[in-house]
Amino acid sequence: MNFTEYVRQLPQGSMDRRLSVWTRLHLDPYLFAALLAVALGGMVVLYSATSGDMGAVYRQAIRFGIGFAAMIVIAQFDPRWFQQWGGTVYLIGILLLVAVIVSGAQAMGAQRWLQIPGLFRFQPSELMKLAMPVMLSWYISRYGLPPRYRDLLVSALLLFVPVALIIQQPDLGTSLLIASSGLFVIFLAGLSWKLIVSFSAIAISMVPVLWIWVMRDYQRQRVLTLFDPNVDPLGAGWNIIQSMTAIGSGGLNGKGYMLGTQSQLDFLPESHTDFIIAVLGEEFGFVGAVVLIALYAVIILRGMLIAIRGRDNFCRLLAGSLTLTFFIYVFVNVGMVSGILPVVGVPLPLVSYGGTSIVTLLAGFGMLMSISTHQRN
Amino acid sequence: MLNSSLDNREKERRLFLSRMTASFIFIALLMLVLVGRLFYLQVVQNEHHEARSQTNRLEVLPIPPIRGLIYDRYGELLARNEPSHTLSIVVERSGDLDALVRELGDLVELSEDQVSRFFDRVRGYRRPFEPIPLKVRLSEIEVARVSANRIFLEGVQVDAELIRQYPFGEEFAHALGFVGRINQEELRDLDVGAYAGTRFIGKEGVERQYEDSLLGEPGFQRVETNARGRIIRIIEKQAPKPGSNLHLYLDQELQKIAYDLLGDQRGSIVAIEPETGGILAMVSNPGFDPNLYVSGFPTEIYNALRDSPDNPFLNRAIRGQYPAASTIKPFLGLAGVDQGFVTWDHTIIDRGYYQLPTDDRIYNDWKRGGHGRVNLRRAVAESCDTYFYKLAYDMKLEAIHDIYDQFGFGKNTTADVYNPFTGINPSREWKQDRHGFSWYAGDTINLSIGQGYMLATPMQLAIATSVLANRGRWVTPRLLMHSNDESLLEKIPEPPPDVHLNNDSNWDRMHSAMQDVVQGTRGTARASGLGATYDYAGKSGTAQVIRIERDENGDPVGDVPEQFRDHAWFMGFAPLEDPKIAVAVLVENGGSGSGVAGPMTRSLFDFYLNRELEQ
Repeated sequence: MNFTEYVRQLPQGSMDRRLSVWTRLHLDPYLFAALLAVALGGMVVLYSATSGDMGAVYRQAIRFGIGFAAMIVIAQFDPRWFQQWGGTVYLIGILLLVAVIVSGAQAMGAQRWLQIPGLFRFQPSELMKLAMPVMLSWYISRYGLPPRYRDLLVSALLLFVPVALIIQQPDLGTSLLIASSGLFVIFLAGLSWKLIVSFSAIAISMVPVLWIWVMRDYQRQRVLTLFDPNVDPLGAGWNIIQSMTAIGSGGLNGKGYMLGTQSQLDFLPESHTDFIIAVLGEEFGFVGAVVLIALYAVIILRGMLIAIRGRDNFCRLLAGSLTLTFFIYVFVNVGMVSGILPVVGVPLPLVSYGGTSIVTLLAGFGMLMSISTHQRN
Repeated sequence: MLNSSLDNREKERRLFLSRMTASFIFIALLMLVLVGRLFYLQVVQNEHHEARSQTNRLEVLPIPPIRGLIYDRYGELLARNEPSHTLSIVVERSGDLDALVRELGDLVELSEDQVSRFFDRVRGYRRPFEPIPLKVRLSEIEVARVSANRIFLEGVQVDAELIRQYPFGEEFAHALGFVGRINQEELRDLDVGAYAGTRFIGKEGVERQYEDSLLGEPGFQRVETNARGRIIRIIEKQAPKPGSNLHLYLDQELQKIAYDLLGDQRGSIVAIEPETGGILAMVSNPGFDPNLYVSGFPTEIYNALRDSPDNPFLNRAIRGQYPAASTIKPFLGLAGVDQGFVTWDHTIIDRGYYQLPTDDRIYNDWKRGGHGRVNLRRAVAESCDTYFYKLAYDMKLEAIHDIYDQFGFGKNTTADVYNPFTGINPSREWKQDRHGFSWYAGDTINLSIGQGYMLATPMQLAIATSVLANRGRWVTPRLLMHSNDESLLEKIPEPPPDVHLNNDSNWDRMHSAMQDVVQGTRGTARASGLGATYDYAGKSGTAQVIRIERDENGDPVGDVPEQFRDHAWFMGFAPLEDPKIAVAVLVENGGSGSGVAGPMTRSLFDFYLNRELEQ
């Protein structure tokens, strides 16, 4: 009996129970590897985007540390826990969103944070990013698929209330993401195509209504500049012209790390937050951008696989919604920076600097991993 | 129940699977859109965006050339460039402008005038982000104070530039002219490229005349800037080509003496070197400090100068037009004797007046009772009017006009004097055009003593004197002696044709007659010629401004208001045999030419010739 024998025996034992190390750790290796790759690559780009601000990279690394820790912890819980607590968290989220509006009104202005005195600033909308899909998946899966009309009505209400509250803040990007996460649950649950088509038709006919009564000036401006950034090249169009120039001038292979003139000379606005993919595109070219998108594709495919293999409706709906919402993150961000979507303020997931979004995203992947590794009851 | 439940579960699984399949297709398509978009931007449109990012970061900044220097004939610097610090504010980058200006007022000395002009310019038309100057010519201490407090002064900048400086100030204000800020009007027809980075332009005098040569050519630097316009590094640099330096014939010391001679009297002195046509001195008094034009005139000083009855902005040397008076007589006499209207021995008896044969009108001599029997030589020396009345009547207008024209009256003969007036050398056509009357015999009489319609500038009289000293040989009058731009000398135009006499000895005889003016026993200006160590020639002139009561010597009776007093003229050259300098002096309302302008001429000659001997 010696040390080497002991080491050899361990994999055999786990094989016996047909559970890999990863499963016992409740982690999904493919997802984990792809997330880590995006996170590390993202920090490399961030270092350049902040013109070599190591402090920013450290702070980002700390967020990733917290995020990955949260992911690992959440992955240990059986999906049942989410089912049980989902409603409560959703309700708390609604209350906090109301609190934000109330305190915002007192502060005579719009705000997105809730200041916990002496502690930290907290963005309740981040909580809602997770609470919404959990809540809807739980609610719809209770009655089996496809949802009945009554369930649809309730779901629509559950969806509408937080989204409306967040639009008030105003935070178009986040409300868009939360709305998508809920809509994806309903779609995946089997909302009939007939209804989808008719709702889409209604939605399209609502566009003028939105334009006139709901959208704020800056939002309208963003849509207008999308169609022609040159309308206001030094104002609202500036961001989009500069980001397209940055990406386009990167060419096939890029200008080289830390050598992007658009980003290093500050022509590119918000280069380390929402527009960071323009830095990547400028310095690493088409090749670099495609590598990142491929990594995102790996994450999304893996997430879809986990969803399909989900043990019950709740797990499937939740995993599917989280994955599709992640895709929306990627698509909206890359789409807006490359000039095919209006600028709505969605960060590039796991790459853009800052905020609670990294922690929320990774916590969501924790749920995916929980679903993937808790197959049997 | 269990079966149906299992059935249901299988159905739900299939439903979900189909939805995931639909999602997969949806995602795959949109991913392709993203990749396609990136491909379009980065590969298809790469060149377009590449060019765009280059123009974003690269900027071409002009480097203004150094303006050419101006020297006098002995290398004395008359116009130089000195570094100056300008305090300006970029309004768009500053916060509360009033507070900022107050704050700056604690650091640098600011006059109310400077502050109010600053705010005028802020409110007026300006380009965004254009620095608006608040104060020019900061002292070194002020520069240091502003620099030390820079971080608290948002939007404030101190720029160093070379600005024009005229060390001799007023003395040369009219001769050299000055530069000033380019104004809106000039901006309109300016070659913008040539003036990139240059804020000043020659406005008058030599500075204006030789503007193109003094300016030089701007250089440029291609720089990389960040989005806020700060220069990160210089990529390419082409040095500017400095403007050409000018060496003028002007003689700084002579100019100063001439300026001092005029003192507080309005007038002008022009001196020319007959050999070269070089203008040695060109003074107009009063002057003004040309440096104030460069830095910007304080309003009250400018208004005071503009409204002054002494009219200091008038360059009397070339734009002051006066009756030439008796200084014209040598030219007329020369023509008369050479063309046979009189001989040197011919005499008349002057009883103090002249009467036209066809008219009752009487033309008085300045000397009541007349000069008695006079020949041409005496007529010149004593400035006998009657002699020249008769000569002019005999010669008729055309011959007189012609000789005046040959000596350069009524036209500009200078090469590079900026914007001179031409004076008037009247003719029949001129009078008909100008006044609508035909020419009368009386007009010719007036012409003989340089009165009536005839007007000349001090520059013209100095030039004519120089040609007379040269025995008729013309050399184009000029300021420029040489320059490092040799092509400038080639641009000096040809002079008018020389004045040819039938009998060359008439030159010397006229010179002698003019010597009698200052060194003869009866010369009008013999007092001013006393004790000269050299022979010289001269001629006085006293130009009537208004008809006033006079005594038997032609001097005014009683106290005449200054502006009605006669203009005093004197012209002359020295030394007699080999003229080195020809001079015309005019003192406005100075009174008697021989008494006022004659001594000034003598002083100039004394200085000029004695200094020559010393060297």
